[in-house]
Amino acid sequence: MQKYLATRLGLLALLLVGLTFFTQSARAQLTVDITRGFVEPLPIAISNFHALDGEAGSAGRDIAGVITANLRSSGLFEPVDPRAFIQEPASLHAGPRFADWRLLNAEALVSGSIDLQADGRMRVEFRLWDVLAEEQLVGLAYTTTPSNWRRIAHIISDEVYERLTGEGGYFDTRIVYVAESGPQNRRVKRLAIMDQDGENHRYLTDGSTMVLTPRFSPTRQEITFMSYEGDRPRVYLFNLNTGQREVLGEFPGMTFAPNFSPDGNQVIFSMAAGGNTDIYTLDLRTRSTQRLTNHPSIDTSPSYAPDGRRIVFNSDRGGGQQLYVMDAQGGSVQRISFGEGRYATPVWSPRGDLIAFTRMHQGNFYVGVMRPDGSGERMISRGYLVEGPTWAPNGRVLSFFRQEPADSSGQVRSRLVSVDVTGFNERELPTPMDASDPAWSPLQTLPGAS
Amino acid sequence: MKFKFLTIAAAALLLAACSTTPREGADADGSSTAGAGTGTSQGNLSSAAPGTQEELRQTIGDRIFFDLDSYSVRPDQRRTVEQVAQWMNRHQNVQLTVEGHADERGTREYNLALGDRRANSVRDMLVSFGVPASRVTSISYGKERPEVLGSNEYAWQQNRRAVFVVR
Repeated sequence: MQKYLATRLGLLALLLVGLTFFTQSARAQLTVDITRGFVEPLPIAISNFHALDGEAGSAGRDIAGVITANLRSSGLFEPVDPRAFIQEPASLHAGPRFADWRLLNAEALVSGSIDLQADGRMRVEFRLWDVLAEEQLVGLAYTTTPSNWRRIAHIISDEVYERLTGEGGYFDTRIVYVAESGPQNRRVKRLAIMDQDGENHRYLTDGSTMVLTPRFSPTRQEITFMSYEGDRPRVYLFNLNTGQREVLGEFPGMTFAPNFSPDGNQVIFSMAAGGNTDIYTLDLRTRSTQRLTNHPSIDTSPSYAPDGRRIVFNSDRGGGQQLYVMDAQGGSVQRISFGEGRYATPVWSPRGDLIAFTRMHQGNFYVGVMRPDGSGERMISRGYLVEGPTWAPNGRVLSFFRQEPADSSGQVRSRLVSVDVTGFNERELPTPMDASDPAWSPLQTLPGAS
Repeated sequence: MKFKFLTIAAAALLLAACSTTPREGADADGSSTAGAGTGTSQGNLSSAAPGTQEELRQTIGDRIFFDLDSYSVRPDQRRTVEQVAQWMNRHQNVQLTVEGHADERGTREYNLALGDRRANSVRDMLVSFGVPASRVTSISYGKERPEVLGSNEYAWQQNRRAVFVVR
């Protein structure tokens, strides 16, 4: 546990200490049952963190606010209204009066404190309590520069989420996407990036060139995307730390639909040449390319399984658009989608258990999931145009974009949404303008580039 | 509501005026193009300079249309491609880009590939009609650059297209 966190936080120059308040004997039973479709959200109280140093200012309230918003957005927690709180942060610092929190029907409680150290760094302590069992479930402390307070709040949110749901967290993540503006026929598209909750938003391109389909590297602060720069539609790499951009190899045709391999060493993509589209890989270390499909059909939207051994892709080799799985060398191709309609944009879950996709049937678009063998298919969203699912790193939450029909003047509304894999808790993500093509980052390992 | 209808009708008229091909044009279209000041049949007179985009657009038409999820040149669109080929052979200096487009009722990446197929099937046909391959390039815009605004059957039909662009 400590090793895992230390790795995640390595470059935050962050000191992590396990805290034990009480010696516990009884094993805590407090969990959110997330195996059912609809979940009764767990009532949780998140106290403002107690500022041990007046200089800490509003950080205690800010951190609690971010944790509250994160947990609420998951749909699995119901934060208790802080105006009802009886015990003050200062006294909570000495330990909870559990009866006060039971009175509010809070089953879990998050408390914490902030201290500014002599070296200017900030020490944030947090504890997660089981109110009914009257015991501490988690106690951790982080030391970092004060400007990292928001990341600390996300990391604490992930700790609470992981401890109470048994699933991996996903709050300390970012989303890269395409910001859109203007009418249908003159749509301006810019790369943009933001924290998963919409904060720290910034544009990566200026909109002078159309850009599409950004995707995160699983291992580096890097994205791959498609750009029409110079009227040559091609795949590019973009380094988020340096802002440097480069074309991915020299190919005779249009390259598009890029995606990284799980080890981050390969980019897999489509190339269209002479009216035929096949799937290729480019090794980022050796720059060697490999052709994986060689078929007169359209083969596109490739996505690796998390073990890197298989690839799911979209092909119309059977007549209509369907989903196929092949091995990493392009062999053993098997069709996995057999429902009515057309299937597209398959994305393998980081857990490996599911493949998310877009389906088109009788004038509607759907986002759905199926197992890698094609069984267990179910739809989780439907609309005029819902497209392009991407997985949060825990394989439990998805994002995609939802576009409404355009009016006769070409005005069109398109927004990012997040949704639980069960199909519940669909929420619009806040973006300054229209948005499409979201790609969720892995859990962060480096400090934000901003 | 009434306004909306008028807007669509106006767009339809405008489109008919600027892109109707002789083969495709029904009588009604013929009269509307006449009303817009151009001829009513192939080989019509154009005020535009020879070998320009404007002349291509006025005398032949600068686009052809495709069926849903299809990239084969429709029999009723073939004549336009042939005329463009003849026009190119008359204007040996013209270099052409064929843009392939798709409607918005597909997924982005597949539609990029579909647009590429459409552009290439038109390019291949131009070559089969005697245009040197070196004079024709292709580019796909997938569903990213619709021409007719709105989300309705008419717009989708008009947006499933290949456009001839003089470079």
